[in-house]
Amino acid sequence: MMAYLAQRVLQSLGVLWAVTVITFALLYLLPADPARLVAGRSATPEVVERVRHELGLDRPILQRYLGYLGGVLQGDLGRSYLQKIQVSELLASRLVPTLELTLAGVLFELLLGIPAGILAALRRGGWLDQGIMLLSFAGVAAPQFALGLLLLYVLAYKLALFPLGGYGGWEHLVLPALALGLAGGGWYARIMRSSMLEVLSQDYVRTARAKGLAGPVVVYKHALRNALLPIVAMIGTDLGTFMGGVVVVESVFGWPGIGQLTWQAIQTVDIPVILGAVTFTALFIVLANLLADLVYPLLDPRVQYR
Amino acid sequence: MNRWILALALSFTLLAQAQSPGGSLTVSFKDDISTLDPAIGYDWQNWSIIKAIFGGLMDYEPGTTKLVPHFAQGYSIAKDGKSYTFKLRKGIKFQNGREMVAADVKYSLERMLNPKTQSPGAGFYTGITGVADYVAGKAKEVSGIQIPDPYTVRILLDKPDASFLHKMALNFSFIVPKEAVEKAGADFGHNPVGAGAFKLKEWKLGQQVVLERNPDYFQKGLPYLDTLVFLVGQDPNVAFLKLQRGEVDILGDGIPPAKFVDVMKDPKLKQQVVVGNQLMTGYVTLNTQIKPLDNPKVRQALNLAINKERIVRLINNRAVPAVQVLPPGMPGYDPSYKGYPYDPAKAKQLLKEAGFPNGFSTVLYANNTDPNPRIAQAIQQDLAQIGVKAELKTQAQSTVIQAGGTKGQAPMIWSGGMAWIDDYPDPNDFYWPILSCASAVPGGWNWAWYCNPTLDRRAEAADAMVQPGQEAARAKAYQGIFAEVMKDAPWIPIFHEKRYLMHSPKVGGSDAILVDPIHTPVNYAYLYVKR
Amino acid sequence: MNPRFRQRFLRNRAGLFGLGVVLLILGMALLAPWLAPKDPSQQFFDGLTLEGKPLPPGGQFLLGTDTLGRDLLSRLIWGARASMLVGLVANGAAVLIGMLVGASAGYFGGWIGGLLMRFTDVMMAFPALLLAIALAAILKPSLWIVALVIALVNWVQVARVIYAQTLTLAQKEYVEAARALGAGNRRILLRHLLPHLFPTLVVYGSLGLSTTVLLEAALSFLGVGVQPPTPSWGGIINESQSYFTDAPWLVAFPGLAILVTSLAFNLLGDALREALDPTLR
Repeated sequence: MMAYLAQRVLQSLGVLWAVTVITFALLYLLPADPARLVAGRSATPEVVERVRHELGLDRPILQRYLGYLGGVLQGDLGRSYLQKIQVSELLASRLVPTLELTLAGVLFELLLGIPAGILAALRRGGWLDQGIMLLSFAGVAAPQFALGLLLLYVLAYKLALFPLGGYGGWEHLVLPALALGLAGGGWYARIMRSSMLEVLSQDYVRTARAKGLAGPVVVYKHALRNALLPIVAMIGTDLGTFMGGVVVVESVFGWPGIGQLTWQAIQTVDIPVILGAVTFTALFIVLANLLADLVYPLLDPRVQYR
Repeated sequence: MNRWILALALSFTLLAQAQSPGGSLTVSFKDDISTLDPAIGYDWQNWSIIKAIFGGLMDYEPGTTKLVPHFAQGYSIAKDGKSYTFKLRKGIKFQNGREMVAADVKYSLERMLNPKTQSPGAGFYTGITGVADYVAGKAKEVSGIQIPDPYTVRILLDKPDASFLHKMALNFSFIVPKEAVEKAGADFGHNPVGAGAFKLKEWKLGQQVVLERNPDYFQKGLPYLDTLVFLVGQDPNVAFLKLQRGEVDILGDGIPPAKFVDVMKDPKLKQQVVVGNQLMTGYVTLNTQIKPLDNPKVRQALNLAINKERIVRLINNRAVPAVQVLPPGMPGYDPSYKGYPYDPAKAKQLLKEAGFPNGFSTVLYANNTDPNPRIAQAIQQDLAQIGVKAELKTQAQSTVIQAGGTKGQAPMIWSGGMAWIDDYPDPNDFYWPILSCASAVPGGWNWAWYCNPTLDRRAEAADAMVQPGQEAARAKAYQGIFAEVMKDAPWIPIFHEKRYLMHSPKVGGSDAILVDPIHTPVNYAYLYVKR
Repeated sequence: MNPRFRQRFLRNRAGLFGLGVVLLILGMALLAPWLAPKDPSQQFFDGLTLEGKPLPPGGQFLLGTDTLGRDLLSRLIWGARASMLVGLVANGAAVLIGMLVGASAGYFGGWIGGLLMRFTDVMMAFPALLLAIALAAILKPSLWIVALVIALVNWVQVARVIYAQTLTLAQKEYVEAARALGAGNRRILLRHLLPHLFPTLVVYGSLGLSTTVLLEAALSFLGVGVQPPTPSWGGIINESQSYFTDAPWLVAFPGLAILVTSLAFNLLGDALREALDPTLR
């Protein structure tokens, strides 16, 4: 396993490198001139050129990329063009809120999705199954902004159970996490259901059931562990992508996550912030997927690290 | 001949005693506050916050566009209009306790002009003598900024500029203490030290900024508030709920569009709304270098085709239809000017005369934030009525700005969400950056690529009218210039937006302060808590 | 067609219902010019109140009007075209690519699997928004570009889940048995693995349709996809979401359309799976 881990860490570095190359290339293609935006609308062409020089944007692309890479290796992500503050400081200020929302969001997805999926599988074809199906699909199809506003209006404004958005203790976290859970829980419910049905249809489980073993025991001992593999894969991808920020949920609930930072940076072509945020996200995606890959053999011993 | 003009600060001091000081108010914004460095900050959120922390030689009478000396005690203008002398007040203290002197003014201006600072406002000050050499690195200082004694600053200009005093009231010229800037380095924007009414108390990145009263502020009795809190990341719809709950006192981004009609219909809520004008014109640029828009007749036809009343209704009547470049309230605005009325039949006729009886196809760019795509679609439908098929391109703001500044790319652009709100209340801010030959360059903001050298000369002549008493003549001159512009029709003026500020019942302050035309959105120094 | 398959499918009432709804929506998209009561782009002067508010359902405009005074019903009918196209093409492509990459990586493992899954990692971190903005300026906006970008972004989730499932499936007795009997990789993948992966593909094919239709609007907003005034379901929601509390019909009706469509595809997919292989319970 250690050899596998070492190999994966090396590969992950390659992934991160590839992401920076792609992002850099895309930024180069971006149809906006950051020097112009920084220099302001009253700037003369000469002023723009001098700003371009100050930002280092007049250097050849390769040189810029190597400069960036060199900085990253020394832990220097550069300064924001518009906020003039260290990108690492900006990212750091968003790290904890993003982590909290990510973990809480995945937790709500699981709390809503897993029991619903198991119930639906055990009551296959019944009204409970169909009701859960409807709710799952509604959760996924619901537009997030409207859903968020609705949750805020009813649960925070009318019933005053939670604060009206903003960052703070756990009571601030519940609604945005619930919004994420409602949207993502449907996926977990559906995958869990089909995964359970698949396992339940297998010979040994059918035999066990035929022998009169109680339902829940069969479910727990045999079915659940195997059925969880795809769920672990989904948790991995969700952990990774949520760490990249959930722009809509963050902006409705006023959550100072990384999504809002990235979105504003993209709109203002704040290249150092964009690069920093994308690299940051890539790091978590690689980590989360690695974690998922490490969990599979624990759930199903026949799967090996390779 | 030098004539000293005295400050009016005394009257404000008297006014100040009428309000009971103390208390705290909270302002909400959707977007983050990027920086509080006066040389750099140039967005909706930080503009007024910087005005609260810092100050310049000049300012405006609160709630008006009337210039008054601020940190300056007075000023004089040389007869040729090329030299301004400011006398600094004595005893003004920076928030680090040191007294402000003339050298600080020179330092602040040079710092802002230094390319290393990357100030978006540097372009306003290129007319100061010696700036070119300084910026190019040929001179260590700006020769045109002189300090004959510790309380006197003299600024020399290459040519007269009637808007120069406005520029000395602009945030970019605000005065900063050298030692604080050097201590904070590049992080000065997050550790601001000024001499304004408030000072920074706390900044939680991406969450909130808290200001507290500056006890040493030179205007005695001001500000009224003890603390001022800015909450960022607040969606306008949620901020609106918070206001009703009393968690927010001022909606920094205005009333959410979806709620606007309901608020204005509600007799109670309506009382919490203040309406004001802003010096803003929304327009469609018609690229004078792209066929067939290079034909003035075609541009005039398009001007006649737009039903502006209907567009104004789309945004719930939060604007007045525009017929000219300048907005109401701007010197030079002509209330009697009729422009191009809505007349599709005549528009078709003109198109026919221009050789396009069946219209033509073109492209209309627009910023993708609401309500701009909707407005662009309304324009598109009106154009279709006279046979002009405009394909829409709604894109991110930076992309549209880039397209507008690229020669020969964007035939038409709806300016909403990008342009044009005044930087300072002078008509030349609606000419030089967006309609002059000098701005019709790649990367410029003259998206119509309109260039009329005769008008450039007339504007230059108007800008040479710098003496007090020449204001009326100068306004008249600009009125004539913009009338000529409209004959060439490089724009379709669409509307002038009004400002609606909504506040909680506990916010005190005159209406003029709450929709201050300069300290947008609000002049915080004069706010107080009603008791 | 296998007659037993048809027989089994025809016996599944939920599946038939799903098929009916799918056909209905496709028909609606195709026949939009004849079905829509009004021009979907026409901004009616009487489609807004004097204060500029959209009209609620009822009266002249059956499902109400949008914030420009256009007939919502007509826009929904026409919007089916863009939404179904993107939903089917982009989501279909994403599911297909995700399945191929995930199943190959899980089945073959080794350096091929590693390479494929690290490529998946890269694509998961891929800044799609930047790509969309860049494409918007370079290319002429079109639905196909949106479909391409969505497919490029969405297949990775499918790949990760399919990969995890294949990892266990490949160790199962029947796969071992097939391999021992000399079955080729292709045969094992198609005959022995695919049927077990099918339920997951149905989930992604149907639920993914909803997210794809919504994602289309987000990308079109950046300028790559359908440009106004061309309607799409996601686009209608996108431009009216902030008016949701004031004019709920503007979000509710297109949202319902998306929900019904993805549900119908789910019922259809489940029925197909059962008809294909009734032994899987």
